[in-house]
Amino acid sequence: MTELIWIVIALPLLAAVVLHFAGRRLGEPLSGWLASAAIGASFVFALVAALPFVDGGADASTVLLWDWMPAIGASFEIQWDPLSALMTLVVTGVGTLIHVFAIGYMHNDGRFGRFFTYLNLFAASMLTLVLAGNFAMLFLGWELVGLCSYLLIGFWFDRPSASAAAKKAFVVNRIGDFGFMIALMLVFTRFGTLSFAGVFEQAPEVLTTGTATAIGLLLLVGAAGKSAQVPLYVWLPDAMEGPTPVSALIHAATMVTAGVYVIARTAAIFDLAPVASTTVATVGAVTALWAASIALAQRDIKKVLAYSTVSQLGYMFLAVGSTAYVAGIFHLMTHAFFKALLFLGAGAVIHAMNDEQDMHKMGGLLKRMPVTGITMGIATLAIAGIPPLAGFWSKDEILASSFERGGWFSVLFVVGLITALLTAFYMTRQWVLVFLGEPRWDEGVEPHRAPSVMGVPLIILAVLSAVGGLVNTPFRATLEHYLEPVFEGISLLHPPEGIGLFIVLAGLSVFAALVGGGAAYMTYRRPVGAWQRFEEGLQPLWGTWEDAYRVDDLYGKTLVAPGRKLAEISAFGVDLPLIDGAVNGVAGLFLGIGQRLRPLQTGYVRNYAALLLAGAVVVVGWLLAGGL
Amino acid sequence: MVEPGLYMTVAAVLFFIGALGMLVRRNALVMFMCIELMLNAVNLTLISAGRAMNDLNGQVAVFFILVVAAAEVVVGLAIIVAIFRRRSTASVDELNEMRG
Repeated sequence: MTELIWIVIALPLLAAVVLHFAGRRLGEPLSGWLASAAIGASFVFALVAALPFVDGGADASTVLLWDWMPAIGASFEIQWDPLSALMTLVVTGVGTLIHVFAIGYMHNDGRFGRFFTYLNLFAASMLTLVLAGNFAMLFLGWELVGLCSYLLIGFWFDRPSASAAAKKAFVVNRIGDFGFMIALMLVFTRFGTLSFAGVFEQAPEVLTTGTATAIGLLLLVGAAGKSAQVPLYVWLPDAMEGPTPVSALIHAATMVTAGVYVIARTAAIFDLAPVASTTVATVGAVTALWAASIALAQRDIKKVLAYSTVSQLGYMFLAVGSTAYVAGIFHLMTHAFFKALLFLGAGAVIHAMNDEQDMHKMGGLLKRMPVTGITMGIATLAIAGIPPLAGFWSKDEILASSFERGGWFSVLFVVGLITALLTAFYMTRQWVLVFLGEPRWDEGVEPHRAPSVMGVPLIILAVLSAVGGLVNTPFRATLEHYLEPVFEGISLLHPPEGIGLFIVLAGLSVFAALVGGGAAYMTYRRPVGAWQRFEEGLQPLWGTWEDAYRVDDLYGKTLVAPGRKLAEISAFGVDLPLIDGAVNGVAGLFLGIGQRLRPLQTGYVRNYAALLLAGAVVVVGWLLAGGL
Repeated sequence: MVEPGLYMTVAAVLFFIGALGMLVRRNALVMFMCIELMLNAVNLTLISAGRAMNDLNGQVAVFFILVVAAAEVVVGLAIIVAIFRRRSTASVDELNEMRG
């Protein structure tokens, strides 16, 4: 079974190739079903292959497919262990639901087949990333998901904002990839191989603390780019220009968690670099609070979710940075469930409202779309951290772990707690603004129920968001045991023992969630004027949040504008006069010489004859004078 | 027996007349005749030098030159006639397409 695990990658890849050539002919909805079937089959296959891990009956194994660059230990090999299996299941499982949803969402799009080509290509790339058995293959997947992200953000490229957003995502990701690549080079120079097995086994003997810290920080740069952490998070909110299923799949559930996965995967290196780990945690906590505060004031339904995703990714970084890797992966999983659900629900709402995304123009949708409203309500409670929903368990485990660590991490714990409060506030605000209150729809908008291809995935995700957290509770830590073999020999931070402390910490975070959620409910349940006055009253802070601290302007002035200037100088100041100048100058030189010499050719025979004669006289005279 | 130097002088004068005609005349036919003049001045030089040195090679060379010159005259005249037919003039100043 394990030897055939490559099929998990091959199926969506094959479907992508088929759809690339036949997508238009298959048409709608057949190409969508083909794509969904391919990734669904991958999910079933991965599930069967992963089952032996659950009862601890199987060891991690590496499957060598074929050699690629043997000299640097880079081949196509698949690492099949509990961690990659879990990631595969999340990617294929949530991915399948999103594929099915997209069949309804992309209805009547002129490039229906092409959309599913990209989705399947993305699935194959993401699976390459999580199943990679060495850094080179990991990097291959890492770049491929970046490419798919670019293609899908810019899917509606006839909108200038979409193509600009795609470009921005690509460029910002390249900054991160730069750090990632240097990290890989550093790994190679130290270890002489890029294979996971080789690197992680020798890490304690080979790496000094300094080198480990350098590699860890460079990996963090890469992870911060991919996973939208401060200061490289700016591309993710813009990425909402893509179709909503893309936001759910790539920019919430899977690709953006790649950074968390990489840090968990390289735990053996971070184990030797406490400074790098602490930096990861700090970046995560800062991001969590920063993005949550921006999410408070957003009006666009997808922007709220985008900043929320950035914030929740911050939680995951906080977890893996506190060396609570299991908690980070756990939150990654639960977040995939409820954030995918939120995005798909938002997609259903946008679809029903004729592409309206402004929450000020929604309201009262619960009666019109009960399934979407209730499932999104469950997701809202889950992300806010209300027990016993999924988000409660994973978030509480992260907070408890950072509390347990103490010292500097206590500060991060407080930051996390405040973020939990803000999270509850903005999510409740969103739900109330969209589903409760008086309708504030534009003229002619008639919200309609979503078709069942969109409804069923919502319900399944709602169930997962509700019960998904039960796989790892303080009472029954199944996930912890499941992942144990992956982090063997690495000092792990476990959530605190003892039911008393658990109740205190859980009580604290639930209290924060209730305060935030309650405040939002009280505020936004009131008539429109009342909550608008509330938002007015918080000026200018509210405006700053709404404009996302004007970070884009700042980057525009400090980085983009000088970059443009530099490009201009090198193009028009250096390239044109110096490089082009040299080439054109040589041509001009010969042209000039030719021009000067032209008059010699008078076209009069007698001139040539005279010259001939003169030449003959000179030669003869020279010979007579005893030349030679 | 005349001094070979005198023959040489005559040859030099002939050559000079030819060269001068070449430089001052415009008619292609006349210029062609000037060239023939210079050619035969050289022939005269060869013959007299051969005689002076008691060597037949100079005179043999002249026969060769005469034969080749006959062929050359045929080609040259044909070209001039062709040009005249086309342009109704044989002035070389009109033929200045190669001017830079």
